[in-house]
Amino acid sequence: MECMIARPSKGSAGKTGLWRTFKPIYDENKCNNCLLCWLYCPENAIDVVDGKISIDYDYCKGCGVCAKICAKKAIEMVREDEL
Amino acid sequence: MKKVLTGNYAVAEAVKMARTEFIAAYPITPQTTIVERLAEMVEKGELNADFVRVESEHSALAAVYGASAGGLRAFTATSSHGLLYMYEMCWWVANSRLPVVMALVTRTIGPPWNIHTDHTDLLTLRDSGWILAMSENAQEAFDLTLIGFKVAEQIDLPFAVGLDGFQVSHTAEVVDVPEQSEVDEFLPERRRNKPFVIEPRNPITVGGLTTNECTMILRREMNRDMEKVGDLVKNAGYVRDYDLVERYRLDDAEYVVIMMGAWCGDAKDAIDVLRDEGVQIGMLRLRFVRPFPAEEIAKLDCKKILVVERDCSVGKGGIIATEVKSVANSPVQSVMAGLGGVDVGVDDFVSMFRRFVKGELGEWWL
Repeated sequence: MECMIARPSKGSAGKTGLWRTFKPIYDENKCNNCLLCWLYCPENAIDVVDGKISIDYDYCKGCGVCAKICAKKAIEMVREDEL
Repeated sequence: MKKVLTGNYAVAEAVKMARTEFIAAYPITPQTTIVERLAEMVEKGELNADFVRVESEHSALAAVYGASAGGLRAFTATSSHGLLYMYEMCWWVANSRLPVVMALVTRTIGPPWNIHTDHTDLLTLRDSGWILAMSENAQEAFDLTLIGFKVAEQIDLPFAVGLDGFQVSHTAEVVDVPEQSEVDEFLPERRRNKPFVIEPRNPITVGGLTTNECTMILRREMNRDMEKVGDLVKNAGYVRDYDLVERYRLDDAEYVVIMMGAWCGDAKDAIDVLRDEGVQIGMLRLRFVRPFPAEEIAKLDCKKILVVERDCSVGKGGIIATEVKSVANSPVQSVMAGLGGVDVGVDDFVSMFRRFVKGELGEWWL
């Protein structure tokens, strides 16, 4: 029976950040702290620390949803090999 | 206390006395009066349960699945096409090891449209992982419903109580109903932590995508646990003792009839007639199809066995006969009769059994 049950856990598929082609780069100065990126991140890779967002690059797959949803354009997607 | 109850009202009474907490069902003849009566009981405050009206049998068992996964004692009832409509959920319930109890009032599967009993609907559950019981009368339907909750919650497998449409479901009989205090002692509140419980503060997912081996492990464990059900039934500690089979005039029987369901009463009368003529004939009545009473059948020491059944696996014939042949140590003859609710009475059984003894019986009784 136990094998039928899945519990929420971090990174059971390994560090999926390695899959990333584009990396979200966050500009704190443009951010108005609306937290839409936190709400929309499909991987739960954006956390709120002391009222500000923090991206967990170990698990961020670089989908770009956060950059797309950000009204202030505070998140920019940059190619990993250009960093 | 003795009460006059139809088979369906006996099941409803048992569900009430089990202090069932959740019921969802969709009406279908001949099951309808079970949930009709339960709805009345909830409405009058005699039963403290949530009664959920749904738009289909699939939803009924899906709702019951959720309630049972949340730790509640949950019940549904259906027949024939209703069972087929909820069939997918039957497997979800079984493989999720949920101790649901369902009354299955047997009814022919159409077309042609037919509301009378045969056992093909019950047997569609054969391989699913449900414990399958088949009662002979209202008393057994009542008792097996209570035993069903007990055993299901002990072994974490769902339990279906079969009763023949109209012959048991709508026929009023005297039923010996235990005191509520006796039932409470027999059947305490369900243990909430088994086999798992879904609750908001402890999020889990059940039955998601896993490794293929998970299915192997699960079905192996279910098969192993199903083998323990016979002992659990025998040692249930209910006010009456039960077993996977009933033995009728079997001790010195040279000829043994194997059957299940309501018509066994008529068949026993026919056995009495043949006994009066000096024929050593008896019956092993299957009270359970799953687990299959293989040991009890293997132990039969007789000249030959006759399996009479109200079902047909098209392309193979009698389903029960096929299974009996796999374990019996005496020659087995199969006869299919009473499909579509075709009446088979005492005179038919007398004639059938005489022909069986003489070796003049065909495969179809038509």
